[in-house]
Amino acid sequence: MTATLLDRIWKERAVCVEDGRTLLYVDLHLVFEISSPQAFEGLRLAGRRVRRPDLTIATMDHVVATDSRAPHRDPLADTMLDLLRRNCAEFGVPLNATGSGREGIVHVMGPELGLTQPGMVIACGDSHTTTHGAFGALALGIGTSDVEHVLATQALWLRKPRSMQVRLQGELAPGVTAKDVALYLIGELGVDCGTGHVIEYAGAAVARLSLESRMTLCNMSIEAGGRAALIAPDDVTFAYLEGREYAPRGAAWERALDRWRALRSDPDARFDKVVELDLARVEPQVTWGTNPGMVVPIDGLVPDPSSLAGEPERAAAERALEYMGLAPGTRMRDVPVDRVFIGSCTNSRIEDLRAAAAVLAGRRVHPAVTAIVVPGSARVRHLAEEEGLDRIFTSAGMEWRLPGCSMCLAMNGDILSAGERCASTSNRNFEGRQGARGRTHLVSPAVAAATAIAGRFAAPAHVA
Amino acid sequence: MRTPLRIIDGVAAVLPRDDVDTDQILPKQFLKGITRTGYGEHLFLDWAKQPDFELNRPEVAGATILVSGRNFGCGSSREHAVWALLGAGFQAVVASSFGDIFRANAVKNGLVPVALPSDELLELQARCSGGRAMTIDMERLEIRAGDVTVPFAFDAFEQHAILEGLDEIALTLTAEHSILEFERGYEAPFDTRATGERVNGG
Repeated sequence: MTATLLDRIWKERAVCVEDGRTLLYVDLHLVFEISSPQAFEGLRLAGRRVRRPDLTIATMDHVVATDSRAPHRDPLADTMLDLLRRNCAEFGVPLNATGSGREGIVHVMGPELGLTQPGMVIACGDSHTTTHGAFGALALGIGTSDVEHVLATQALWLRKPRSMQVRLQGELAPGVTAKDVALYLIGELGVDCGTGHVIEYAGAAVARLSLESRMTLCNMSIEAGGRAALIAPDDVTFAYLEGREYAPRGAAWERALDRWRALRSDPDARFDKVVELDLARVEPQVTWGTNPGMVVPIDGLVPDPSSLAGEPERAAAERALEYMGLAPGTRMRDVPVDRVFIGSCTNSRIEDLRAAAAVLAGRRVHPAVTAIVVPGSARVRHLAEEEGLDRIFTSAGMEWRLPGCSMCLAMNGDILSAGERCASTSNRNFEGRQGARGRTHLVSPAVAAATAIAGRFAAPAHVA
Repeated sequence: MRTPLRIIDGVAAVLPRDDVDTDQILPKQFLKGITRTGYGEHLFLDWAKQPDFELNRPEVAGATILVSGRNFGCGSSREHAVWALLGAGFQAVVASSFGDIFRANAVKNGLVPVALPSDELLELQARCSGGRAMTIDMERLEIRAGDVTVPFAFDAFEQHAILEGLDEIALTLTAEHSILEFERGYEAPFDTRATGERVNGG
């Protein structure tokens, strides 16, 4: 009987099965300020406790200001953060608070501390929890009711999702990144191609991706509708984990390696859906519309809605172009931008910052552009400063910020004004995502950096 | 314990769009709320500013059923989107598919997510435009609109949970023996409460 990686994790973590639903044990529950207040309140009202505070950890990311840590600028944000502090203290949940030096975007913090490990079931009240699948962990984004359920029971009811394998072959061209692969894939297959499925990425090209690139790919899987993403752990994974704070050590490390090496899909395992993709075909991507599937190569044109198949697609494209203020047939490279945002759980890790800095070294941001760089965590910020990346960004005229989710969803004061156009390394170009009537174009860090220099959409090769 | 829900009766409002994401259902500025209520007036805030927005039409005022398109509730996991729909008086959403997390959140709050094959959904959209009375029967799992009856599939456990208004946590805790049994053979990977040298020091 062959098995997929999903089958293996599912079997290991199944507490019981009832009516076709499985109660999955959760190895790691990541908590933050937005999706937890009502969950803790629910526990309090029912007189329940947090079952496993030792498998739970909290941080602050969505509402924290990134330009200054001065309090009392946003009373609602202060209230949320104070409430998280009080809830964590009351229920015994450890908290990596802002200023602790261990804080960061929840999907950056978990991996960098070594909390995210192969074979785990990970739950978090955030849809981009798919990120942790890069380690071969089944990582599930959940809502607040399920956050409360996990806090109370350390387990989660789920019907087993279907399985989808995405086989990646071929070599990436220079300047093409995991972000471009993700956007290309969503553009080809649609924003709901993964709905109800766990997407496993496999193939020689995946094995060549760095762990941080794998995180970007898995992160964007929710934008394809995926319930979760998976990549089988390998030596790249183990090298990333070894020596990290919460990773096993000594004999426990050796035992863990033995377990983790078995975490893979059999070569003849059956998937409900299989897709193949040749990475050599992927160019740097830029979105033109209001969902991540509305995407073209950076040398491409804004599409003409009338050329699209199907009435719903045409209507959606027309609405999107009206919102984005773009005319069909416009060259993307002729579209000027007002803002550049480098950050978010998709693209704020050290490799992302290095990729942007490599393009920006010795260059200046276009005078019409305002650009911010927001590292994903306090540790990423510290490491970047050790490498001198912050000076490259500030010398280029960019703002170097404190860690947080920032302008990915613009809850913290980093926000677009109506009509402003932004090249953003984040994950969602939905209407209003970065501010009411703001216009978001999703790109990789390298394209964001080149665009900042050119003042209009550009790949690194265009500004070299 | 939620209120048990058997029959949803009311006006159906049609929002014939695909990929309605939870950022549209409830924009981020309202995620700073710390309760489960108070979001209804902000439902579809930015779209509602447009005079021709479908849900602004007087004939769908007070609608309890939302009929939309494909992939409803995609994107962010914010449960606030479900609370906003409920707060605005909706008790069910009919679509041809749903974002997985939105669907789970909906069921847990007693907002009924009904999925229909796309051709049936298109027919229903056409039939309901202009605001029509509709009934969703959770016991018989059928939609009744005028002289038309459309059966739909629904997860049996979730149907039971909606009909009975079950508290899922209480239900899980009645099976706590299974969790205890699992934990007897479970080796925790770490203690998150330890930091630095204490983490792996045994």
